[in-house]
Amino acid sequence: MSRSQVRRPAGFVGFGDDDSSCPILHVDMDAFYASVELRTRPELIGQPVIVGGGGGRGVVLSATYEARALGIHSAMPIARAHRLAPQAIFIEPTHGLYSEVSAGVMEIFESITPIVEPLSLDEAFLDVSGALRRLGTPTSIAHLIRARVVAEQGITCSVGVASTKFVAKLASTRSKPDGLLVIPIDKVLAFLHPLPVGALWGVGERTEESLHRLGLRTVGDIAHTPLDTMKRALGEAAGVQLHELSWGRDNRSVTPHQPDKSIGNESTFNQDVDDPEVILRHLMRLSDQVAGRMRNAGHVGRTISIKIRFADFSTITRSRTMQVPTDTAKEIFDVARGLYEALGLQRVRIRLVGVRMEGLEDASEAPHQMTFDEPAHGHRDAEVAIDALRSRFGATAVQPGRLTPGKTEQKGQE
Amino acid sequence: MDLSPDTLTLHSLLEDRLKFRVERDVLAEAVAWAARTLPTRPSLPVLAGVVLDATSGSLQLSSFDYEVSARVDVSADVDEPGRVLVSGRLLADIARSLPAQPVVMQTDGTRVSITCGRSTFALPTLPVEDYPQLPAMPGVAGSVPSDVFAAAVAQVAIAAGRDDTLPTLTGVRMEIDGSTIVLAATDRYRLAVREFSWTPTSSSISATALVPAKTLSDAAKSLAGGDSVFIALTPDAAGLIGFEGEGRRSTTRLLDGEFPKYRSLLPNESSTVASVDTQALIDAVKRVALVAERNTPVRLTFDGSEVSLRAGAGDDAQASEVVESVTEGDVIEIAFNPGYLIDGLVAVNSPIARFSFTQSTRPAVITGVSEVSAASSDAYRYLLMPVRLTG
Repeated sequence: MSRSQVRRPAGFVGFGDDDSSCPILHVDMDAFYASVELRTRPELIGQPVIVGGGGGRGVVLSATYEARALGIHSAMPIARAHRLAPQAIFIEPTHGLYSEVSAGVMEIFESITPIVEPLSLDEAFLDVSGALRRLGTPTSIAHLIRARVVAEQGITCSVGVASTKFVAKLASTRSKPDGLLVIPIDKVLAFLHPLPVGALWGVGERTEESLHRLGLRTVGDIAHTPLDTMKRALGEAAGVQLHELSWGRDNRSVTPHQPDKSIGNESTFNQDVDDPEVILRHLMRLSDQVAGRMRNAGHVGRTISIKIRFADFSTITRSRTMQVPTDTAKEIFDVARGLYEALGLQRVRIRLVGVRMEGLEDASEAPHQMTFDEPAHGHRDAEVAIDALRSRFGATAVQPGRLTPGKTEQKGQE
Repeated sequence: MDLSPDTLTLHSLLEDRLKFRVERDVLAEAVAWAARTLPTRPSLPVLAGVVLDATSGSLQLSSFDYEVSARVDVSADVDEPGRVLVSGRLLADIARSLPAQPVVMQTDGTRVSITCGRSTFALPTLPVEDYPQLPAMPGVAGSVPSDVFAAAVAQVAIAAGRDDTLPTLTGVRMEIDGSTIVLAATDRYRLAVREFSWTPTSSSISATALVPAKTLSDAAKSLAGGDSVFIALTPDAAGLIGFEGEGRRSTTRLLDGEFPKYRSLLPNESSTVASVDTQALIDAVKRVALVAERNTPVRLTFDGSEVSLRAGAGDDAQASEVVESVTEGDVIEIAFNPGYLIDGLVAVNSPIARFSFTQSTRPAVITGVSEVSAASSDAYRYLLMPVRLTG
C-alpha cells in the first residue's frame, strides 16, 4: 500500500521525536505476501521476488523491495512484470497462509489496545491513548509492536505515529521499509506541504489531473488555494475535504470493527469467456462463497448485485432488492442468474464476474417473513450443514453437482 | 394474408391515404386504451406505434407487443379509408391536450396531420407494413358485470408476486367451473382467493388459465366503465386469453408453469376468531408502522375486547395503540409485515375485517363482513403468513 511518491528519500531524517499529541499509529507490513513467503525460503532474501498467480492473467499481489526497484508494483499484470523483470523469482500465492499470519499480527495489535481498525490483511490503525500509562509513549509502543511482529511472525513492518489517521498513514509509508516515523503535531504542516498532491487521501489519477491543470502540485499549493476555487474545481465535498486535509485536519477516529456494508466475491477468467454455461457456473460458485461468508459473519442481506467486466474492461453492475433478506446460496444464485439472463448477452466476451450482497443486517435480529412453502428443513439448513463439513474437511468437501470437477472448465482465479 | 412484394407496396401506398373526423373525447379515450400497454423501451421501433385503421363510418385503433394486444372501435366520419402507424405515446399526449372540438386527421405524404380548432400537429408515420398482425380473439366463453370483475381482480392481484425470477407467481390463476370463477394469486407471503359467479356460454365449461397479474388488473380497470366484460378463452386459442367490452378488446399471452396447489393452504379450523372495524385497524397499523423500519413487523395481540398493536424494539423508536375488537377463543400474539397487513385489510373492502388464527407461526385468514354479528363468507379470503420473531 505504498505510494511511490512518498517513499523515504536517501539521507532522510525525521521530524523530531515529540509524540506527546500523537496517539494514532498506522502499522503496515512491508511487502506482506512476499515477506511471508521469504520466511520459508531464506535463500531468496535480497532477491527480486514477486508473489502473484493465476497464469498469464494474474496480477502482482506483492513484490519485495528489490523487485520494486525494477519497476514492479502490486496490481500490475503478471505478464507485464515478466517483461519488466525477467530475472525476478515468481511465486504462486499460498492460499490461507496470509490470513493466518494476518490474524497473528492483529492479535498483537489487540493486546496493545482494543481500538484497532484493520484496513486490510496487512495494515491497521491503532489508537493507543488508553495504553500510554501501561506501555509508555506512542513511540515506545511503536517500537514494541515492530519488535513483536518480527519476533512472533518473522516479518517486518513500518509504523507511522501522528495525531491524525491520514498523517499517520503517510508517515508509515514514508518510513518504509522496516521503519518508524513520528510526526510531532507542530511539524505536521512542514511534513505535509512539500508532499505531492497525489499523497492526499482521496486523490486518485483523475483528481490529480484536475489539480495539475490548476497548477497545484504539492499539498502546500492546495492549502494556499482559496477554498472557493477548490470547490469550483472539484465539487463541494471533495473541495472541502482536500482543503481540510491539506491543513492536517482529519477528525476521523479509529473505529474498531467497521460493520460490513457489503460482502462480495469476484472471479477473473484465465481467458475471456462467452459461454453462458461457464458464466452461470461461476455465478453459482460465487453465490455459494458469498452465502458462506454471510452466514459466517452472521449477516442477512436484501440486495444482490452482479458485476460483469467485458473483454474491453468496460464494467456493468445490476442489482435487485428482495422483499425478504437472505443468506442462502440458492436464493442469491437465483437472483444473480436472473440478473445475468436479463442482460440478454449474445456471446459477449467476459473477463470477470462478481456477486455481491448489500443492505446487510444482523441475522439474529432480522425478523423472518415466513412463506407458505417453507419446509421444516430448507436450503438454509442444508447449507449450514455444509458450512460445518467445510470447516472440518476443507472448502471443496461438499459442492453443488454443477461445480464438481470433471467437466472441462477453465478455472478462474478468485 | 400472403402478399407478394409488389402488391404489398401498392397496397401500402393505397392504404396510406386516409382522412377522418372524430370527436376529441372519443379519440382521446380510444388512444388511451390502445396506447395503455405500449412498451416503454420497444424491442422494435414499430412496436412503439398505434395503428389507425379507418373504414367507412368507423375508426379502429390497435397495438400489440407480442405479449399484449389492445384494439378499440369508435365511430368516425371517414372521408378516405386507410391505415397508418404513428407513435402511440405522442398521439396519446396530443389527444389528451386538444381542445374539446372535432379532430381531423389525414395523411400528408409521410406524415399525418392532426387538426383541432386552431391547433395543427404533423406526426411522422412509421412503416405500417412492418407492424405485426394482432392475434385473433379467442371465442367468447362468457360474461360478467364489469364492476364485479374489476373489484374481484383488484382484490386478488394485490397478492401476486412482482419478482420476475419466479414468473409463475406474477400471474393470477383463473379457474372456471360452470357458472363459477375462482381467482387466486400468491407471492408466497400472502394468498388472495376470490370466488364469483358469471354467465358462461356453456354451463359445462371448465378451464384454467394463468394470466399475468399486471395485464389482467390493467384490462379489468380499463373495462370497468361498461356494463359487461366478455372473457374469451377457448382450448383452440391455446396460450391466449381475451377480454372485451364496449368496443374494446385486449388479448394477452398466458403464463406457463404450475401454480402452487393453494387450496391445501386454506385452513379448515381456527382457535381464535376476531372481528375489528376495518378502517380503525388500517389507521392504527399505519400509525404504529411509522416506527417499523423496513422489514420489521407490527405485533398484534388479540385478547377479548381489544387488539393491541406494537412496533419497534430495543433502543429504536417504539409505538403502540389499542383498537376495539371482538375476539373469541384463545389469546394470540402474532406479527405481520405492516404493508402486507394493510393490503389485506384494504382488499376485504368491508366495514368489518374478520381474522381467524390457529398459531402465531401459521397463516392468518382475513375475510370481510358487513357487521360483527354477520356470518363469515368465503367469497374472498386473504391469507397472510406471519413474521417469525427472534428473541
